[in-house]
Amino acid sequence: MSKNSATNATTKVSPFVLLIIILTLVLSLTALIIALSTFESNVIAAGWLTLIGALGVVISTYVLLQARRRTQEKIATPPTLTTVECTKCGFKNVREFQRGDYIFKEAEKCEKCGNPTQIAAIYREVKEGHKERYRF
Amino acid sequence: MNLLLAFTSLQNGLMQFPTDIQTILSLVFYLVFILFIFYGQRIQMYVMIREVEGSLYRLKYIKDEGRKTAVETIKEIGKPQTDPTARVDRFLEYFTIAPQNLDPAGIVWKLEHILDIRDDRLKDEVKLMAPAANETQTNNLENTLEAAMALNYIYKIIRHFYLLGKKTLSLYVIMQLQMILPLIMREAEAYASALKAFAYGQPIGDGAGALVAAKLMHGHEIRKLPKDCVGATVQIEGRTAFVIKAEGPGGNVGKPGDAIKTVIDENGGKINMVIMIDAAMKLEGEGVGEVAEGVGAAIGGPGVDQFKIEDSILEYHIPINAVIIKEDIGDAVSPMRKEIYESVDKAIERMKQLILERTKEGDKVIIAGIGNTIGVAQ
Repeated sequence: MSKNSATNATTKVSPFVLLIIILTLVLSLTALIIALSTFESNVIAAGWLTLIGALGVVISTYVLLQARRRTQEKIATPPTLTTVECTKCGFKNVREFQRGDYIFKEAEKCEKCGNPTQIAAIYREVKEGHKERYRF
Repeated sequence: MNLLLAFTSLQNGLMQFPTDIQTILSLVFYLVFILFIFYGQRIQMYVMIREVEGSLYRLKYIKDEGRKTAVETIKEIGKPQTDPTARVDRFLEYFTIAPQNLDPAGIVWKLEHILDIRDDRLKDEVKLMAPAANETQTNNLENTLEAAMALNYIYKIIRHFYLLGKKTLSLYVIMQLQMILPLIMREAEAYASALKAFAYGQPIGDGAGALVAAKLMHGHEIRKLPKDCVGATVQIEGRTAFVIKAEGPGGNVGKPGDAIKTVIDENGGKINMVIMIDAAMKLEGEGVGEVAEGVGAAIGGPGVDQFKIEDSILEYHIPINAVIIKEDIGDAVSPMRKEIYESVDKAIERMKQLILERTKEGDKVIIAGIGNTIGVAQ
């Protein structure tokens, strides 16, 4: 298998949109900072600034993440393994899948005893990342 | 430093005119409130349209990848004289019209006839596209193209409803689409991973049943059965077992209904039990590769083969049992997971236990391994 994933270059975010998003983010963060320093002297103004700042941060981050996600299009194909087993001594060899492999196909000679081997299994191993735990 | 100065001046400004700011902000608040009263639904709809749009981008990408994979595989394996792209595009638009069901009597045979014509037509198309491909490769290419066809169809349907919702600005069209999209995306992702498996001829999760049969019949004399199936007579625990599966290693599901009927007829109906082994859809919360046992004809597809099997066993009152290996749609059409491969031995053990418990020595049993036998010989 030559390529495990492919990326899409057709859906890039325009620099203008990116500039607006970053500008909104900077302004929102500024509003939050000002809100912090104004908190003791003017609570109401600080509250409004916090609200506006927080909203701005949330919206711009969301739009940025959405745009980023769209550019990272790919189809993940985990590697597939082939297990070759000796018909005489039972020696097993696991290697990467090659085009034309199929279960029960005669394969290369055994590394140990030189007798013919055959493909015993073809499978992919799925590495489960963070597994969510449910009570049921 | 300048930025700090700016902050300080802005802060001073805010403190100097607190009442003005408050008035402006209150006004903004009321405006936003009124805006949401009148345009809340529309805003919600635009958010949904954006979500659907995002999924549609992904679907388009997956569909294009499918088409690309199909064309590349045909060029690589089939060595065509001309560029097959135009023919592939025509193939992707291919459709099948289901028979009329106003009068359901005899519909199974009509459906079977239509499906046979479809299958022959697709095979002929693939042979024209890839003249250098052998039978196994032709079957694999047909499966690859069918996966690309499914992706093309999903994309077109979603695009249709997306555009319809946008044109009519109907919240309910968009809402239905947005609600069902996660499930559709799962299916599309599954077909996307199936493409590579079909193109390379790797065993898929759906082939678990076929693999069980292959393991049982390997090393025994194999004979051809109708249609596109193979069989072998194997002795298991003192019983004679007629093991049946689709002919591999090319992508093929065969017609197990015809094969089982043939074996039953050959034995004059003197079969003591039929056991069907197949991959079945797991529910969320169940583990991949779990083995379960039950009764009935364990076979998917359009229903023609299930009908034939049920018809054949009813004629001679033969009990039918099923052993299933659980997996989800993604696992069923993508390269076989290690857990599924390991569960094949568990299924064999369960089947042997079933034979010991439900039959006597010297009895005759049919064991049918159902599923796409791609990458699994016999």
